[in-house]
Amino acid sequence: MKDKVTNILISGVGGQGILLASEVLSEVLMLAGYDVKKSEIHGMAQRGGSVVSHIRYGAKVFSSIIPEGQGDILLGFELLETYRYLPLLRQGAKVVANDLKILPPPVTLGREKYPENIPQKIRQAFPDTLVMDGLAVASRAGNPRTANIALLGALSTALPIETSYWHETLQKMVPERFLEVNIKAFDLGRQTAASQI
Amino acid sequence: MKRTMLSGNEAIARGAFEAGVKVASAYPGTPSTEILENIARYSTIDASWAPNEKVALEVGIGASFGGGRALVAMKHVGVNVAADPLFTLSYTGVRGGLVLVTADDPELHSSQNEQDNRNYAKFAKIPMFEPSDSQEALDFTRLALEVSERFDTPVMLRTTTRISHSKSVVEPSEPAAGPSTAGCIEKNPAKFVMLPGNARKRHTVVEERLRSMEEWACHQSFNRIEVGEGKVGVITSGVSYLYAKEILPDADILKLGLVYPLPKQLIRDFASRYDTLYVIEELDPFIEEQVRALGIAVHGKDLLPICGELTPARLNKALTAKDVQNYFVPSEPLPNRPPNMCPGCPHRSIFYSLNRLKAFVTGDIGCYTLGFMEPLSAMDTCICMGASIGNATGMTKVLDPEEARRVVAVIGDSTFLHTGINGLMDMVYNKSTATVLILDNRITAMTGRQENPGSGYTLMGEETTRIDLEALCRSVGVKHVTVIDPYDIEHTRNVIKTEMQRPEVSVVIARRPCMLVKRDPVKRQPSLAVDADKCTGCRACLQLGCPAIEWQPDAGDKGKAVINPLLCCGCGLCSQMCHFDAIGVRHEG
Repeated sequence: MKDKVTNILISGVGGQGILLASEVLSEVLMLAGYDVKKSEIHGMAQRGGSVVSHIRYGAKVFSSIIPEGQGDILLGFELLETYRYLPLLRQGAKVVANDLKILPPPVTLGREKYPENIPQKIRQAFPDTLVMDGLAVASRAGNPRTANIALLGALSTALPIETSYWHETLQKMVPERFLEVNIKAFDLGRQTAASQI
Repeated sequence: MKRTMLSGNEAIARGAFEAGVKVASAYPGTPSTEILENIARYSTIDASWAPNEKVALEVGIGASFGGGRALVAMKHVGVNVAADPLFTLSYTGVRGGLVLVTADDPELHSSQNEQDNRNYAKFAKIPMFEPSDSQEALDFTRLALEVSERFDTPVMLRTTTRISHSKSVVEPSEPAAGPSTAGCIEKNPAKFVMLPGNARKRHTVVEERLRSMEEWACHQSFNRIEVGEGKVGVITSGVSYLYAKEILPDADILKLGLVYPLPKQLIRDFASRYDTLYVIEELDPFIEEQVRALGIAVHGKDLLPICGELTPARLNKALTAKDVQNYFVPSEPLPNRPPNMCPGCPHRSIFYSLNRLKAFVTGDIGCYTLGFMEPLSAMDTCICMGASIGNATGMTKVLDPEEARRVVAVIGDSTFLHTGINGLMDMVYNKSTATVLILDNRITAMTGRQENPGSGYTLMGEETTRIDLEALCRSVGVKHVTVIDPYDIEHTRNVIKTEMQRPEVSVVIARRPCMLVKRDPVKRQPSLAVDADKCTGCRACLQLGCPAIEWQPDAGDKGKAVINPLLCCGCGLCSQMCHFDAIGVRHEG
């Protein structure tokens, strides 16, 4: 396992907490002993724009950008932004999609249409797809703003990493007053995903 | 020490700490901003935001001349602003080591051009290191400071967005042992006073320095050969090295850590072993042209793109002429998701008003450049930091007076203090009639909310004197300075309209803190909701382009607006737009 480089993408809308999720994920992978690289774009692209973070891990990683068509896992925080980045994936890749629509300006202005039935279309192309209502899971945990961590919990079922690394990393990266609710969101997300496999 | 994940910017900050840097100065700019933010966490370094990059470099030069090590950081276009002191600093050399970090932005992820600042190294005759990952970013920062002192020269460290903002595993070291004493005055006018007589002599020193560095660089481990199968040779550096390793894993590689001056003999020896030799580099054929000048035949920009960043896919296509075979591509067109001003952004009503008033807006650099986007569509030029004001002056000089009244310069508080104030002095001095709008959101917002001379706080978090924008404008001779609250749409529009008509310079300061500034007492207000019974589907609220307002085409006869409570922060602009009193505070349940 450690010889091959695994390619993970996290996509969504700027402001959804993609940065924190990708930080936590790459820290966990480093603690587990892998070489890790992570890349995303800050600045202008973050203001409500489409955002994608690349995380690669293995024995030795060179490029921080995932070669197109070689993505192994896509974690999408929003349906359109999950759909948009499917071309980066290889055949048989795993998809974890948040069941949430955030309408982009051309749609709210009534100029363009939001694609219909995205979950079905993703599943058709990638049978190993999990669609989860991250907001509902986060609300059950006690704070809807932990949806990103709940989704990370769902993603964690696809990775060969012990839960203790995840908890340790959350402790390091999440402010103390939000720690408990984030750990709860992570665990609930993980359970929800595990029960659907 | 323990392994840790660092971005290139965090690694540079760590390198500065380990190298005993005393003073660090910068103006924020993507992708360089986090360097100083991270340096500010080390108590041994005096870290500050300068009003612009020229001042940042001049502060660094002063620290160096006082005997301390200094680091200055800026984005690629910032070096244009700092170029004046830079070129002469090359002549004086340093006392304490000085490194200038230039963070370039191939692909223009967050920039107005994608200039390749390796050209500055050659132009200013300054050595330049280029790291390929975060470990090298740390190591090369330390190395650059040592080299700076050893060769008595400023040193540039060039990163690109994918180095600055990528994280990779780093093993930090303890700070270097050595003298970390305070600086001291040491007069040396022949070296530091660049009058022609002195500067002529220093120029010959610069040329000699480059010659000796070129020879020295042939024997340093940062310029290394990685042996592969011996069939194909590659010369590369920076992030391109990583892509070369992905796409040509069996090639022999000459990896250059120092991209200027080039180790000519090392390149000649390496090149002589291969029939096929590639130079793999992003943007300009910087290395390629110098290799060709040695009489060596190489493939480079005959195959590789000159525009945009390199990626593994683009490199593969360039070398094999094969496109990536995507397993799945959506068969329908997908709506774009361009960046947008945040809900509650104080800039929104300004651009709505300028749009309605049919203004020609000379724009500037900041979040407010997004005023260009639909439906606000009220920014007509954007060149560089501070350009809006000079551009407005020039335009009014060629228009007839009636047309000239439509010209409005729009500039943010931080950008105004960066280089906008000079344009305003020109306006007053040369009797321009244009209107200047300063969008004072009390922070440098686009780069991630950094302090500036108008915010009242330093980078280190200390309270400081806040520059009074009204007093500043009046002091350069502007007679009409008006402060407005952009959350009041009608007043905002009326004031701008009045000032546009005025046949002399006027400044309107729209003051309201950025919604994302945590320190200010602006709290999110309760979110608003649309009363579906009152909403007539007139779409007036949609003209604001607020991300929290969504359109439901199937509701009612004509469709209705709905407000997303998770995004709305209750600024109330949309309720001022609504003619039917349909928008009010959300009632739970």
